[in-house]
Amino acid sequence: MLEVSGITQIFGGVVALKDVSFSVSKGDITGVIGPNGAGKTTLFNIVSGIYTQTSGAITLDGKDVSGAPPEYLTRLGMVRTFQNIELFNAMTVRENIMVGRHTRSSSGLLACSLKMPWVLKEEKRIRTEAEKWMEFTGISDLADVTAGNLSFGKGRLLEIARALAVEPRIILMDEPAAGLNSQETFALAQLIRRIRNMGITIVLVEHDMELVMDICDRIVVLNLGMKLAEGTPREIQENHEVIAAYLGED
Amino acid sequence: MQFDQILQYTLSGLSTGAIYALIGIGFSIIYNSTGIINFAQGEFVMLGGMLTLFFVNALQLPLWAAIPCAVLSATVGGMLFERLAIRPLRRPTPLNLVIITIGGSILIRGISMLLWGKDTHSLPPFSGEDPIAVGGATILPQHLWILGITLVIIAVNKFFFYHTISGKAMRACAYNSRAAGLVGIDVRRMVLFSFVISSALGAVAGIIVAPLTMTSYDVGIMLGLKGFCAAIIGGMSGGIATVVGGLILGVLESLGAGLISSGYKDAIAFIILLLILFIRPQGLFGKAESERV
Amino acid sequence: MKRELIKFFMFAVLILVAPLALDGGYLLNVLVFVGINTMLAVALNLLLGYAGQISLGHAGFFGLGAYLSGILTATYGMNPWLVMPLAALIVGILACLIGFPILKLKGHYLAMATLGLGIIIYIVFNETVDYTGGPSGLSGIPNLSLAGITFDSDFKNYYLIWGFTLAVVLFSVNLANSRVGRALRAVHDSEVAARVMGVNARLLKVQIFTLSAVICSLAGSLYAHTITFVSPASFGFNFSIELLTMVVIGGLGSIYGSFLGAALLTLLPEFLRAAHDYDIIIYGGLLMLMVMFMPGGLVRGVPELFRKVFKRKGGAGHA
Repeated sequence: MLEVSGITQIFGGVVALKDVSFSVSKGDITGVIGPNGAGKTTLFNIVSGIYTQTSGAITLDGKDVSGAPPEYLTRLGMVRTFQNIELFNAMTVRENIMVGRHTRSSSGLLACSLKMPWVLKEEKRIRTEAEKWMEFTGISDLADVTAGNLSFGKGRLLEIARALAVEPRIILMDEPAAGLNSQETFALAQLIRRIRNMGITIVLVEHDMELVMDICDRIVVLNLGMKLAEGTPREIQENHEVIAAYLGED
Repeated sequence: MQFDQILQYTLSGLSTGAIYALIGIGFSIIYNSTGIINFAQGEFVMLGGMLTLFFVNALQLPLWAAIPCAVLSATVGGMLFERLAIRPLRRPTPLNLVIITIGGSILIRGISMLLWGKDTHSLPPFSGEDPIAVGGATILPQHLWILGITLVIIAVNKFFFYHTISGKAMRACAYNSRAAGLVGIDVRRMVLFSFVISSALGAVAGIIVAPLTMTSYDVGIMLGLKGFCAAIIGGMSGGIATVVGGLILGVLESLGAGLISSGYKDAIAFIILLLILFIRPQGLFGKAESERV
Repeated sequence: MKRELIKFFMFAVLILVAPLALDGGYLLNVLVFVGINTMLAVALNLLLGYAGQISLGHAGFFGLGAYLSGILTATYGMNPWLVMPLAALIVGILACLIGFPILKLKGHYLAMATLGLGIIIYIVFNETVDYTGGPSGLSGIPNLSLAGITFDSDFKNYYLIWGFTLAVVLFSVNLANSRVGRALRAVHDSEVAARVMGVNARLLKVQIFTLSAVICSLAGSLYAHTITFVSPASFGFNFSIELLTMVVIGGLGSIYGSFLGAALLTLLPEFLRAAHDYDIIIYGGLLMLMVMFMPGGLVRGVPELFRKVFKRKGGAGHA
């Protein structure tokens, strides 16, 4: 579903990524791991359209989307969450998720100002959808809480709910388990499985090895900006180079 | 269009350009230490001239004593401004900072108007008014004072920021205030210093140009904006680039006013500002920035 | 959304009934200007409070509308009702064209750029003497008239202006509580996240900038026909700051807050007649105090103050 081919990214003099290629199959949960500084978040930023790569190509369902901005990729069905969670802090939980419905609605500026009847109908649909995703992620009781007041764990869930509201085909999650305790991580793993069961492809960058080995179908390992290995969790666990990269040569 | 005329415009443009450069350096210093654009910068320029006048007229001080007193007072004003307006800000979002510094500039302007009225005044030139011939053009001794003092300030600036601990500490705060704090630099003090230096610079700029262009309670707005323009052209570096920026601005403005139309003189600076911001916001000499998410 | 309608209805009734309770006089004249300023403050709030984009040059759009209407009706004798939308269209196109490059800027840079833009427009008003009359201004602008009624008294102008203003308020309230309003606030809170949610932030910013400018132009046209005279002094940097102050004092992101701010800042100078020169200090002081102690504006700060006071009085009861 997603092809990353030959991605190289150079910032000033620094080579952040060098010729990274891998593919993500539809319906898979793919993990991208690697020591700090390996280039994982840079890769994510490139795939999700926030940076443009120096060279290489990104293909989504056969369509070349290199250099496409995030708002375009969202309409193609790709969405992402952020390592440091980027919520709309001044808006309520419900409103945050309603923004997720932006690409699934169409009332324009003029129509909204004049409160045309179809705008009201659409607004109701947006609200109903938002409630659905609040329930799915278990945050319905926080519907009217201002997002900026949420705990980190709940904020994570909100970000995921918001991403789900887009009804994407593929979600990129940047360190979703960061800052979560083991209970919350366990719940996260179950949530991610439920999302996959809806037919959504998931790619996650993660440091939490237990989580990664537990839920991922395939794993890509990056080190120092290059792809080190690719395979099933078992293959990765037994890969000497991967072990050396994480633990140092011995 | 004689050469002499162009030379004349260029020379006077260089002199006003030097003033813009000084003001621009003031902007850059604060911006580099704090990320704030101090909208009130221009008011310190105004205070320099107006306070000097006050000390000369009301307190009967001789010029050479009035000037340091004025610079000192303006600097104290800058410190008060940082302490009372900037530091206590709970949510230093760009919007809040813009509003507070605008509010501060209005307040300073308003108080000046109440204290000293709306009239324009002139300061006596530092060393007489006999014109000096340069090529086919003439300059006044005050122009030389301006250029001379500007050069001295630039040299001192360069020395301070690149060869003294305090100066390097301030630059460190600009690059990464958290890291600077971690290595023991008192970031809050550096912020205060940056305001101190900028208001002093602004005041000096105001004093040396006052004999030429008159001063009044509202000269701060235009001077401030044009100084900001110089800073932008120079990429907010606070160094030679800002000086070049100021000089370019001064000369273009002077040439434009003389050769095209004097009514639109002020507009020239702002058109240049907009063009730079649209086309090359990093300044003529800067490198484009990329943002980390 | 019913609540919003009720709020608006009450507001509208208050506005429409006020002149009858007042019995004419000077206050009525001031209230006409409250109407104009409310329209302007709401327009600025949409850009500043909702979309989070700073503009210090909005007086420029106001002036453009006023001069376009003034010149085309007084000097060229065109029909004012045709000129008003024409002026709005011209200002809209200008705003759109300049919006694309200018809104790429953020924070302080955007503030400075809009400031520069406003001043350039002001200088043009002053220098194009043949059309605008320069610093002495342009007079002889006709009043508006409709169906035999000429709007030439405070009473009639009040309803004319406030009719438009109420419409602007209603549309803005609708917009704020809609999908587009949410998208605007999202761009304000986190532009990158908004884009990831599919919001075309760049386009949206330009749209709201243009809408804001068009509303200001409309206000300018109405202003010109109401006082029949315009001069550059009303459209300079000082007025842009006044508008900013109105929005900040009332409350960013609150439409009714903009009315509050506009009303306060238009009425206050009238009550402080003697202190006319002090008003510039008061604006500066108010701005600073507001940002420091009540960043949410009066609309949020005052209720919160009450809440704190009631809590201290031994709080069983309302939260």
